[in-house]
Amino acid sequence: MISLLRSMGLTFLHMFRKRETIQYPEEKVTLHPRWRGRIVLTRDPDMGERCVGCYLCAAACPVDCISLQATEDENGRRYPEFFRINFSRCIFCGYCEEACPTYAIQLIPDFEMAEYNRQNLVYEKEDLLINSEGKYPGYNYYKVAGLSAGIKGKGEGDNEEPPVDVHSLLP
Amino acid sequence: MAHINIDKTSYEAKEGKNLLETCLTLGFNLPYFCWHPAMGSVGACRQCAVKVFKDENDTQGRLVMSCMESVRDNMFLSVDDPVAKAFRSQNIEWLMTNHPHDCAVCDEGGSCHLQDMTVMTGHAYRRFEFKKRTYKNQYLGPFVNHEMNRCIQCYRCVRFYKDYAGGKDLDVFGAHNHVYFGRESDGVLENEFSGNLAEICPTGVFTDKTLKDHYTRKWDMTMAPSICQHCSVGCNIIAGERYGKLRQITSRFNSEVNGYFICDRGRFGYEFVNGITRVQQPVIRGAMVGGDEKRNLYDNLKTFFENLDIIGIGSPRASLEANFALRQLVGEEHFYQGISENQAGLLRILLATLNSGKVHTPSIKEIEQADAVLILGEDPTNAAPRIALALRQAVRRKPLEHAQNIKIPAWHDAALREFIQEEKGDMFIAFPVEIKLDELSSDTFFGSPDEIARFGFAIASYLNEEVVSPDGLDEATEKRAFAIAAILKNAEHPLIISGTSLGHEGIVKAACNIALAIGVQKEIGSLSLIVPECNSMGLAMMQAPALDKAFEAVQQGGVGAAIILENDLYQRAEKTDVDHFFETCRHVMVLDHLHHATTSQASLLIPVSTFAEGDGTMVSHEGRAQRFFQVFMPKNENIRESWLWLDEFRQFKNGVDPQELNEPGNLIEELVRVIPQFKGAETVSPPSDFRINGQRIPREPHRYSGRTAMLANIAVSEPKPSQDDDSPLSFTMEGYRGIPPAPLIPFFWAPGWNSVQSINKYQIEVGGPLHGGDPGRRLFIEGEMSRIDFWKMPVSQFLAESGETEIIPLTHIFGSEALSVYSAAVAERAPSPYVLISEKDAEKFDVAEHALLRLRIQTQCFDLPVKIKKELRPGLAAIPFNLPSMAGIGWPAKGILSKIEP
Repeated sequence: MISLLRSMGLTFLHMFRKRETIQYPEEKVTLHPRWRGRIVLTRDPDMGERCVGCYLCAAACPVDCISLQATEDENGRRYPEFFRINFSRCIFCGYCEEACPTYAIQLIPDFEMAEYNRQNLVYEKEDLLINSEGKYPGYNYYKVAGLSAGIKGKGEGDNEEPPVDVHSLLP
Repeated sequence: MAHINIDKTSYEAKEGKNLLETCLTLGFNLPYFCWHPAMGSVGACRQCAVKVFKDENDTQGRLVMSCMESVRDNMFLSVDDPVAKAFRSQNIEWLMTNHPHDCAVCDEGGSCHLQDMTVMTGHAYRRFEFKKRTYKNQYLGPFVNHEMNRCIQCYRCVRFYKDYAGGKDLDVFGAHNHVYFGRESDGVLENEFSGNLAEICPTGVFTDKTLKDHYTRKWDMTMAPSICQHCSVGCNIIAGERYGKLRQITSRFNSEVNGYFICDRGRFGYEFVNGITRVQQPVIRGAMVGGDEKRNLYDNLKTFFENLDIIGIGSPRASLEANFALRQLVGEEHFYQGISENQAGLLRILLATLNSGKVHTPSIKEIEQADAVLILGEDPTNAAPRIALALRQAVRRKPLEHAQNIKIPAWHDAALREFIQEEKGDMFIAFPVEIKLDELSSDTFFGSPDEIARFGFAIASYLNEEVVSPDGLDEATEKRAFAIAAILKNAEHPLIISGTSLGHEGIVKAACNIALAIGVQKEIGSLSLIVPECNSMGLAMMQAPALDKAFEAVQQGGVGAAIILENDLYQRAEKTDVDHFFETCRHVMVLDHLHHATTSQASLLIPVSTFAEGDGTMVSHEGRAQRFFQVFMPKNENIRESWLWLDEFRQFKNGVDPQELNEPGNLIEELVRVIPQFKGAETVSPPSDFRINGQRIPREPHRYSGRTAMLANIAVSEPKPSQDDDSPLSFTMEGYRGIPPAPLIPFFWAPGWNSVQSINKYQIEVGGPLHGGDPGRRLFIEGEMSRIDFWKMPVSQFLAESGETEIIPLTHIFGSEALSVYSAAVAERAPSPYVLISEKDAEKFDVAEHALLRLRIQTQCFDLPVKIKKELRPGLAAIPFNLPSMAGIGWPAKGILSKIEP
């Protein structure tokens, strides 16, 4: 009997607490920067595509909903010829972001992706690519990679010695 | 057998092996870089350290490189010793100090030995904060990409390219920590085996350039065990597909056939499968079949099969099943081989000799064991490159025997090379012009094909008196023949190599006679005969008449229609003859996968699958039946196996309604029933209902990605995966994950071993046969002695009339093979047309090198730039064989050379 009254009392007291329910969509939800929502492809500081088509996101994806094809421009820079995410399968686990060696693929705090037609949940590269560096500004993969792909010459990257002169025997 | 103790457990090990291969055979995961089972040890990378103890009570032990230490009886060693482990992980850390941050854009990633070994030793975090060494790259041609920054200086590339494959243009330059692996300057890698660098290199310095154009990771490919289609050796390959395109060919280990290596034609000649010249849908009299396609097609077929006496022309590049299905459709008496009478005649001689039971056709592995080799009128480097690579190993055999006398172990590569120096075993070559293997030969005989044949007969006559010795040889040649005969007689494993490239009956008969003579002397003689195409031997075993007979049959009338199977007749016979054939025979059905001159003559063109889209069995030059499996189901439903089409046509012809056609039964079993010579071919792979624990064998690795997205742009609901009714393999990633039976291995992978080095886990012992025995079954039965009849010297094929020149076809590794030449990378390496003439003839015609000379050959005329060869006999000329721009020549050929008047 006492416990019953106590529970009723506690419930009654909740009327004076701050409300958790918000008037969505008039009122927007506050999401944190690391909230795992909509997947985007970002660009590096030079506004080049960050994605190098390494296929690691696709391999990491537990529902296999990412498919892409890598290709190369005339400088040897890799980029995806197409990049497709089937959001009707995506579980927003964020493994793709973890696997990405170039910070290209990122999950952003946005969940408003609902569609009436399931086919519209298939996103191509044009739908995914944004004009921003996303959460990790300043990183340019090709500046730290050994490969020369039109961004820097051999030996001009961060932490690189100039190319070896094969003809020299000097130590 | 020796007893060794590894980490306090006792094991049995083979004596004479090194510790590294022993540990790997026993299943230990011991990292290594520079050692390779086919190339032995040099101890360069210091990665495979283990601890060896003096005896049971020794607790201290000492670190040794396991690849440089022989197995001894009662040995104590430790792989897991903390000191050894620390050494290995520090070694990797050092190797990685300069390794670039490239994995994301490196083609090796996902099948990288360096990645695997780094993970295996536990080196996960980079502590080195200083600058990385960099290098400039080189252009190495259309096959191989160079990215020198990634190098870890294991020296495998030069050891393979220079020491194993005999290449001259890849080397190591520079000194100390600046060594550079590349060419002296930018340029195309010349060696025929340069593609193997991509597999040999433990990291991504050398990668497959054709793959780079449509890059796919190993884990993303649908792969199937296949057989190379580009020469008669039948190397085992793995073909990988993604998004409906064939992406990569890699070597599939088979200790009897190709071992670890394949040639560049096999590796890079695959792109015709993705080519724009593919036949996409049935074409009837130049119009595509549209609408209700099946009904439309069968309406037309009805009129086609109303013709009486339909002849079928088979193909040496189609599978046994396809040729047999055609034979069943048209009947035995109407089935013809799609090759010239000349070639068919040569193959008949070969078959008769091989079936005599006195002659053995050696596998590649046995070729490597030969101690005296005679190459008669053949250029293995161009006609069957993998044999040339084996011959390079064979000439080292004799000097290696001496090395064993002073107890250098067989795996100690550096010591052996040092000991052997330039010493070589005996190899003799007879060919009209210089060939690449001449650099290894002890004596080379240059002569016209007729002279080579006589030379061969002379050798045979010294080996056995029953062979009639030819006349017209000068004393010096007789002496050379005698010397060669003496060496062959005394050798333990003499080997004769010949082939059909020159199309000369005398040469083939001479080679057969020498082998038969050796066979009489020592139980069995070894004869390796290079035939033109991947299934030439299988087609020949069906013993049908040649193409010329088909032409005759059409000429005589009474032939209503013809069905041509995967064959371009313009590459088989004279242009006028083929033209005439098409004029006389109005109703021609052609089944092929590529458009060519013959398909354009077809009144009915049926698209068929290539090796990647269908299953089939082929017989290699040594009579080994091998099965290739479908890699992927083509999106285009019109593309089906030839045998599937042909068997449906047979049912339809017999009155079955097009809607009720059945799948054919097991064609190979039926073939064996009809032609018993093929007995054994039905056992080359497990039957289609074979399962392990009720499971199929998956073509896709377990990490295969994009399953729910790759077709989502077409329809978001995933389609049902394709079914495979013809083999125990599945088109998905689900199924049995262990090691499948050897004929069914779709890819090599083992936990922790993503690269091709995981082959170790599939072998009974490292470098030895695969678990369950190597795939393939030899169809020639040996030892059953029949009466030996030596072949008689044929009359000279070439009788010069005034002004005529004998034309010799020279086979080229890139360009002469009909399919690979449609691959861009191979086409880039193909030679441009030329004519080779002797110095004397050059004087006669008053032409210099590169000047144009007009060659009238049969009814065609070519203006060809001249190349002058000193060693070529005057009165002979040579042109490249079967270049696409020089089709329509019937061999053997003579021609008239004339100077072009300005």
